[in-house]
Formats: sequence, C-alpha cells, structure tokens
Amino acid sequence: MKKNLNGRIALIVAVLVIFIYGIFGVPSGLSGKALLAGITQRIHLGLDLRGGAHLILQVHVLEAVSQETDDTAAAIQQALKAGNLSFSQVIKPDPNRPQVIQVQGIAPTHTSDVRSLLDSKFSNEYDIAGGSDNSLTLTMKPAFEKALEDKTDQQAIETIRDRVDTLGVSEPEIAPYGLGDNQILVELPGIEDLDRVKSLIQETARLEIHPVVGGPFPDEQAALASVGGNLPPDQELLHGSGAMASGSDADSVYVLQRVPVVAGSDFRSADPSTNPNTGQRIVNFTLTNEAGDKFYEYTSQNVGRSMAVVLGNRVREVANIKSAIRDRGEIEGSFSQDEVEILSKMLRTGALPASLSYLEDRTVGASLGADSIKEGVTAAVVGVLLVMAFMLVYYRGSGVNADLALFLNLVILLGFMGFSGATLTLPGIAGVILTIGMGVDSNVLIFERIREEIRAGKAASAAVDQGFAHAWTTIFDTHVTTIVSAAILFLFGTGPVKGFAITLTFGLAANLFTAVYVSRVIFEAHLNHLKPGEMVSI
Amino acid sequence: MELFRNVNVDWLGKKWYFLGFSMIFSVAGIISMSMHWAQTGSPVPLGVDFRGGTQVQVQFNQAPDLDKIRAAMSASGIHDAHIQPIRNVDQAQSNDVLISLPEQTNESALDAGREQIMDALRSHYDATLGTKNVRNVQVVGPTVGRQLERQAGLATLYSMAGMLVYLWFRFQLIYGVAAVVACFHDTLITVGAFALTNQEISLTVIAAILTLVGYSMNDTIVVFDRIRENLRLTRREPLPDLVNRSINQTLSRTVLTSGLTFLTVLSLYVFGGQVLRGFSFALVIGILIGTYSSIAVAAPMLVAWQERRTGQGKAVSLPAARRSRV
Repeated sequence: MKKNLNGRIALIVAVLVIFIYGIFGVPSGLSGKALLAGITQRIHLGLDLRGGAHLILQVHVLEAVSQETDDTAAAIQQALKAGNLSFSQVIKPDPNRPQVIQVQGIAPTHTSDVRSLLDSKFSNEYDIAGGSDNSLTLTMKPAFEKALEDKTDQQAIETIRDRVDTLGVSEPEIAPYGLGDNQILVELPGIEDLDRVKSLIQETARLEIHPVVGGPFPDEQAALASVGGNLPPDQELLHGSGAMASGSDADSVYVLQRVPVVAGSDFRSADPSTNPNTGQRIVNFTLTNEAGDKFYEYTSQNVGRSMAVVLGNRVREVANIKSAIRDRGEIEGSFSQDEVEILSKMLRTGALPASLSYLEDRTVGASLGADSIKEGVTAAVVGVLLVMAFMLVYYRGSGVNADLALFLNLVILLGFMGFSGATLTLPGIAGVILTIGMGVDSNVLIFERIREEIRAGKAASAAVDQGFAHAWTTIFDTHVTTIVSAAILFLFGTGPVKGFAITLTFGLAANLFTAVYVSRVIFEAHLNHLKPGEMVSI
Repeated sequence: MELFRNVNVDWLGKKWYFLGFSMIFSVAGIISMSMHWAQTGSPVPLGVDFRGGTQVQVQFNQAPDLDKIRAAMSASGIHDAHIQPIRNVDQAQSNDVLISLPEQTNESALDAGREQIMDALRSHYDATLGTKNVRNVQVVGPTVGRQLERQAGLATLYSMAGMLVYLWFRFQLIYGVAAVVACFHDTLITVGAFALTNQEISLTVIAAILTLVGYSMNDTIVVFDRIRENLRLTRREPLPDLVNRSINQTLSRTVLTSGLTFLTVLSLYVFGGQVLRGFSFALVIGILIGTYSSIAVAAPMLVAWQERRTGQGKAVSLPAARRSRV
C-alpha cells in the first residue's frame, strides 16, 4: 500500500530552505567567498573565536554613598545655620559606614527644633534618631541606599559606554553582571592594545575644589602636627603641588576640608587653552547654575582664604580667593598636554560616579581565535565524515537515510544559531560535534529495533512501524535528560560554556525532528518503491 | 553487516570482575587525588578559573627555553611564577608557554601581573616580544574564583538531583538511585584520571563532566527501558537472567552509539586544538566509563537490591513503573 508522502516531503523541503536561509541569509552569489560572507554576517562568533577582551569590573558603590552623605552633611549645616540653630559639628563618625551622619553639640533648648527641621527636610531618605549626648544621628534608609547603588551602577555603565565609543570598537557589550553585586561586564571584540583601554575605562579623574585648611607642608607629619596630631573627621590630607602658590613643583601635603565646594557634575564644561600672557596651559571651566550659586556664596564669604583644585585625588593648584566667583573661571597649573586632554575628555563624557576595579580579565589574542576556529571546524568535519562513513558501511541503504537526517540536523542547528543570534563559541563547536555523535544514536536505536523485528519475521513495513514505535520513548527520555543537563549548564555557566549548552540543546531538539519524522518519511518513500517481498536495505 | 547478532553473555555472573575493575580505577584515582591534595591543597590541578591569579599564554618566536624563562622571571623579582609548556597532541612541544602567577588577595594588584610578566620577558629574554605574542590572558580575582567554584559545585549537584527525580518519576526510586550511583562512579574515575595525568580542571572541563553525567544517564536509561519492558512481558524469569537478557538485547545499540560518539569526541581530542584538550579528554574517558557503568554498576546494583529484599533468586517482584507504555 503506497502512502502519499508529497505533503510531508514538501514540509521537509520547506524546513530545509528556511534553515539554509538562517545560515546564509540571501547570499550575493554562490561563490565560496559570498557564502562565507553570508555566514559570518548571520552567525555571531564568541570572543574566544574572534579575539578580544572580556572584563568584569567592580563598582565601589560605597564611594557614591559617601558622596551623597557628604552633600547631605553640607546641606544640614546650611539649614541649621539658616535657622539660627547652634551645633558644634556635622560629621560622619565611622569611615567604614559612610551611610551615617551625626550632628553633634546641639544646644539642649534647641533639640526639638533641630529635630523637626531635619525631619521635614531629610526624613524621606534618612532614619533620624536621637543620641544621649546632645546629638542626632541620621542613617540612610536601606531602600534609598539600594536605589542609590543601582543608579550608580547605571551611571557607571553609561560612562563606560561613552568612553568605549570614543575608541571606535565594533559591537562592544557593556552590561550589568552577576546577581546584584554591583559588577559590570565589558566585552570588546578585536581589541589589540588592552592596557590603554583599561586605564581609559578606569580613570576617575574627578575634578573637585576644596577649601584649604592648612598647607603646604613638606610631609604628612608636619601636616598632622599643624592640627594637633589628630586629623578631625571632616578634614583630609592630600598630596599635590600647588605650583602657583608655593612657587615650586615639589610634592607637598595639604590639609583640606573633606567636603568639596563644587565637584564632578557641577562642572558643565571644561576646555583647554593657553594663557596668552604666560603661555601656561589652562582649563577654562563653567559651572551649572545651581553650582554657580553655591560657588558664589562660598567665595564671597571666604575672600582671602585659599582653595585647592583637586584632580584624581591630587592637588593641582591652590588659589587665593580674591573676590567672589560665580560660574565661570579658569584653572591655571602645570598640566601636561596629556593631562589636559584627559581632563577635558573626562569632563565631556562625565566622571565616573564611583571608582572601578577589575575582578576578571580574559583576553584572547586574534591569532589564537583564528587557530581555534580552524581546529574546531577540522574536528567537526572529520567527526561528521567518520560517522557518515560508518553508517553507510554498517546499515547500507538505511545508512543513507541516517546520513541525510544527520545533514538536515546540522543545517537546522546552524540555522537556529543564525536566526536566534546566539553566539558560537569554541565549546559551542564542540557541542555541534557532540550533537552529531548523540544524534545518530537515535537512528541506531530505531535501526537496531527494525533489524530485531525483521529477524522475528515481520514484513518490511510492519518492521519499520514497530521499530519507530518502540524506540520513541527511549529517544525522548535520553534527549530530555541531556537537554536538562545542558539547561543547568546554561544557567550556571559563563560565556563559552553557555555557548556549548546552546548548541547541544538546539542540536538535540532538531534531532527529535530529523531522526524521527524525516527518517520515517525517507523510509516510507523507500517502502513505496519496494517490490513485493523485498526487504528494506538495513 | 552486523556485529552482535546472537550475544548471550552472562553479565551479572561477571559482576565481581567488574567490581574489581572499578575498584582498581577508583582507588587509583583516589590515591592520586589524595597525593595531589597533600602536595598542593586541592585534590586535582585547578585551572585559573578556580585558583584565581594571572595566567598568560605567550607564543615565542622560536622554541622556548624554560629555564631561561624562569631565570628571566626571577631577575625581575617574580619568584612565584609557574611555567608550563604547552604540548601538541603528539606530545611534541609547541612554541607556546603558559606563565601563571598565583592568586592575589588584593584585587587591584591583579592587573599588574600581566604587564609584569611581559616586561620581565622583554628585558631578560627577548626584547622583540610584543602584544602579538600574547595569545591568551586570564586574570581571575579571588572573589570571582570562589564564585565560579561554588557555581560549578551547585551545577553538578543540581544535575544529579534532577536526574534522580526524573528517573524516579519515569521508573522507580531504586532505578534512580542505581543510575546516580553509576554516574557518581563515572565522575570519580574521570576526575581521578585528571589527577593521574596532572591535567587542569577548568570551567569547560566541568561542562564536559556535566555532559558525561547526562550521557551516562542516557546509556543507563536504555538498559533500564529494556529491563522494564521485559519485566512486563515475562513474570516468571529469575531477575538476574532477565537483566542479562536485557543487556544482551541492547548491547549492539549501546556499543554502536558509544562507539560513534566516541569517534566524534576522539576527533575533537586529536584535531580540536589545545584550548579544548581538557574538555575532550574528559569526554573521551567519560564516554568509555559511562557505557561500562550502565552494564557493570547500574544493572548489578538493581539486582543486588532486589535480591536483598526478597531473599535469594525467587521470582521477580521488582515492579515495572506505573505508567510504562509501549
């Protein structure tokens, strides 16, 4: 009884065409070169095949928290002064816990006023508690802290993206990494000079202006001596050379107020130029309106005192405040050309909200990547040929059946990769090779069963029927268990290992179609052409 | 062509030989791992993924002189560098050398390692070495290293647990336990092989081990499927005979599949290049042992459990699964 297979054959041909499109797209021609170009466009290669850098960075979010509380401390001081409420100081008592601010020395009569003032302004972000010794403690709320950390991560990602853009890397990937530990993944394909990139990404070049308490001192001991041996918590020591002030380039130590007057994003722009009179390199800066107001207030109240320009945690210039400055000024100092350029670039792309450090760096050179592709493809081709040859020898006519199914399996697998945009890594190529071996297993299962049925005396088509029927459960079981372990690999693995899990899963899923449906159709076609009494070639 | 037409081997009768064979390899593996543990604090050589630290693969312009490289490192003040040549599959030395610096507890010091190594090589070995000679760099911080270790361990555990549950569902608990014990046996011997041959375990090797867990399960399932089918058809046959018959019936399929998969994995080992060598080694060993364990470990365990439950050699009362279907 001949079966009508036209519908089923049409389906298989359609699948073939669709997935070939998945691999090649619409190629411009049929030459080897055009086909290769088609493939490389559709199938993404992982870093281990292309060459490039894979970096994991840690964002030190506590720094951003610390900055936020610095700003809040300054705001508290302003508010209390404006309300004529006296206090001795506003500090952060524990440097390891920057979320905590303490207002100390509040006059007992004013305690409730201070409390209500702080409540009205800061209770959204801080929990306010009274202390025993005329002090109030503000602790940042955990929800607010988390929001701040997330914002910091986002800002860091955007800043890194801007900086990487200036390098002209094609298809960089910059994304959050891991499970909420404030880590960032940066992947840069084809990067050759990694060191320059890494320092560019990491540069914290934060421009700040701090009030000067004392200095310049020749070293840290002298600086400490000037404040009575103990550095108050709201001050800090910084090295630098305020060349203009001291007239020399020697490294000195300054005592500065920890909280800057203006910093980072308060600067709207910074442009390098040169002073026409002295020929020195200068940076012309403008502040935002808000920052301009702050700056004006500070400078008008502190005429005659000094302020220090700090870049990258070093004092760059110390200037005397001669008169009030609003929002435009210039920094003159002994900057090198490089420093001026970096400064402008940093201010243009924005400063990093917190510093970064590298947790992981995996860089594959382009030569190793090319070698890996060659070796992987060779292994795959040899593997496929060996398997196909064996099937032909062992199963004769049915071996052709298995080989056709295997070929279609590979086409579907690679087509899947092309359609889904998944990345092909070196372990991914190994997954393809493994799929070949495990996929042909299904065919072996079915064929062995058919042979058994033939030995038991069944006719050709009955044997084929029974072969497929019995084998299906086992095929399904074995595929599901392997796909389950591939799924676990995908969840727990890193990039290259994920690639392996993907190709193995796609390959086995495709195999369920090719080894069962397609093989069956080919058998039926063969059966249709058998003379009565003739047996299948198996 | 047919290789296994009428096989009639008494597999269960040979179970003591199998046990002995497995014991030898397991014990060899365990001894090797213990020695390695005593020497270095970990049972197998760990790749940089888990160890942490810096590893640079440098391709020299000529055949590298390892002693001179070591001297170059010391001359620049790097005293704890580990230098390992990379061999091709035929054991000939290539021009590539792996230079590793141990784990740094301070994460910011991690980064300097690579430059240090290249500077040392440039000043004391060959001044022409440049970025082009650096084939591969892996710098892994201690935090990440520990994270990856934990993830690998969890993945293996979940995998085995998932298998156990699936087999419990499709067959019965004892089948699941027997299969998991077989998998465990396979993993132990494979990892032991790494310790014996002093090869590193990296993340990709863990992926290979998880794959062979899946593969060993496959193989065991095929045998179990046949046992279950035969159980439903005949209820009078003594269990050992039935299990033997089941194994013999599936033998040709088992050997063929393993053989074919083994062929492809062997092709990977020989032609696949040095980056995947550990991965393909794990699979080569794993496939052989996985096939062996379905016959030699899982099946005898099934029978032994049943025999303990019902006394000696009585008729089978090992029930087939609730929802078996043809």
